[in-house]
Amino acid sequence: MHPMAILSPLGKLFGRSPIGPIQEHMSLADKAAQFLPALFRAAGAKDWEQAAQVHKDIVAAESEADKLKRSVRRHLPNSLFLPVPRSDLLALVGIQDHVANTAKDIAGLVIGRSIRFPDPLQEAVIELTAASAATSAQALKAIQELDELLEVGFTGREEVRRVEDMLKIVDELEGVTDEMAIRLRAELFKLENDLPPVEVMFLYQIITLICAVADDAESVGDRLQILLAK
Amino acid sequence: MEIVIQHGGTFLILACLFGFFMAWGIGANDVANAMGTSVGSKALTLKQALIIAMVFEFLGAYFAGGEVTSTIRNNIIDAEIMSGHPELMVYGMLSALLAAGTWLLIASLNGWPVSTTHSIVGAIVGFAAVGISPDAIHWAQVSSIAASWVVSPVLAGVLSYSLFMSVKVFILDTQDPFHRAKRIIPAYMWMVGFMISMVTLLKGLKHVGLHFDLGLGSAFANAVPISTVAGIIVAALGMVAMRSIEDIPDEMHRFRSVERVFGVLMVFTACSMAFAHGSNDVANAVGPLAAIVSTVESGGQIAATADVPWWILLVGGVGIVAGLITYGWRVILTVGSEITELTPSRAFAATLGASATVVIASGTGLPISTTHTLVGAVLGVGFARGIGALNLGVIGSIFVSWIITLPAGAGLAILFFFIFKGIFGG
Repeated sequence: MHPMAILSPLGKLFGRSPIGPIQEHMSLADKAAQFLPALFRAAGAKDWEQAAQVHKDIVAAESEADKLKRSVRRHLPNSLFLPVPRSDLLALVGIQDHVANTAKDIAGLVIGRSIRFPDPLQEAVIELTAASAATSAQALKAIQELDELLEVGFTGREEVRRVEDMLKIVDELEGVTDEMAIRLRAELFKLENDLPPVEVMFLYQIITLICAVADDAESVGDRLQILLAK
Repeated sequence: MEIVIQHGGTFLILACLFGFFMAWGIGANDVANAMGTSVGSKALTLKQALIIAMVFEFLGAYFAGGEVTSTIRNNIIDAEIMSGHPELMVYGMLSALLAAGTWLLIASLNGWPVSTTHSIVGAIVGFAAVGISPDAIHWAQVSSIAASWVVSPVLAGVLSYSLFMSVKVFILDTQDPFHRAKRIIPAYMWMVGFMISMVTLLKGLKHVGLHFDLGLGSAFANAVPISTVAGIIVAALGMVAMRSIEDIPDEMHRFRSVERVFGVLMVFTACSMAFAHGSNDVANAVGPLAAIVSTVESGGQIAATADVPWWILLVGGVGIVAGLITYGWRVILTVGSEITELTPSRAFAATLGASATVVIASGTGLPISTTHTLVGAVLGVGFARGIGALNLGVIGSIFVSWIITLPAGAGLAILFFFIFKGIFGG
């Protein structure tokens, strides 16, 4: 017998909530960012085999995040009625994706050009990547409040305050990352005359990209805040 | 007159068969929507849902279904016009039952969303307008029924929206939602008990011949204290059931324990939903049966006042249970699996909003669609930003199902009407 009532209007009424997949997407994007300290430790130790492995891990996480991003977009047709504007959710996924993309760009450059910071800067650059990864981790923590926000209908005072406190920490961590980068650039500036000019150019670029991961994480937080404000 | 007396036994048997078929269809299909929210939100297991459905569908039909049954059998058609030809009434109501049952079966096999209520009303209007005369129909009554089909989902939406907002403000958006839930939820349980008791006392009991009087003047004044006590008893039961639920801290899902408390509440709202569904959908399925039985038993008098014989509602109740056992449980699982995004706190708001609306309609004697009312209720929770994603396209498909169901029910009823007329004469 043909299955009855497959098209029950009540069953058809429920679409797939994008909230879970969006949280999952951020956790993949963050996974890519969390590999950065390991990448620079391996490069610092001139363990290029290990560095190549970390690069592979970052690429894998980024491509998984990409797949999930496309799936979220596919499952958000115009006809869905969502608790928050559809455009804001799509923008949020796009920005989350930047975190993974930037991490992948960094890994690609480091492996492609065997980039390694000079010994005196080793500790500082690993600290910088750790700060940047911590910013991303904190943004993920805020994004993981999305299901709790949905539970209170995106408006609750308690829950909104909770998320806003988390976002404040994201901003602080991003600020810490920036300050570290300024100090690292100053150190690099002192050494740059003794280093091959092309390599120096790329070292500056890598510092900028590591900061960009933290910036992207901060933008994720900003987007989340827009969801709350409405 | 003679035809009814001559074939009385045959008519009764046919009426019971068709009425049972119709009720079977409701149990096999329609109940799934009423119980789907409870199973989908995982507040109830399938077995618990089935037991609740069997008990409360029957209670609803028996204690609160009288008004709707009487609308279907007396108020849509003008019995006066047929007083000389009671057999036409019998043919018509037999056709309406058979048409609505057949149409439900066809639609279910093809997965079309249809409503029992709309099929039966369409079928009655169809046979009366074509088989007898357009003047035989109380068009004012029909238009108020049609209006209630628009009003009921909207009202359910407003109620569910308000209920969910109250849950948000009083429970979820507080420092300690878990303990708030335990303190506030008995109030919602009280509402369930009060509402069911009020409708039963005010509108139900007289149809089964029960009367009560506290000597407080009006029926309403009599019902309020009894219902208040009934509500308190329900709330007390709920508090006992909630005692065993403990707050298990879970940093990743902070509302999990709160939702478990709502799961207990959901058991009560599931009962009220089954009761509401029984009081309306079952009642409108057995309405034609009641009309046939009273015509045959009075030897051709089209009586409009007699009580609904208890065994008629039994046919409806047993039919539903048969439908549930043979097929309905599978449909409940299917519908339940499609609405897993619904957590108990939302399922509660939607279910209570819908069941309150349906029970009010049952009290007023308006046959409405439980499924459409539930859709309206879920949308209400959605507008309160409580649900991850809702498919608004469903509203369109509901309109299409109205437009198709009414003429389909009517067309089949007209066909069967002339077949019966050909077989039995008149």
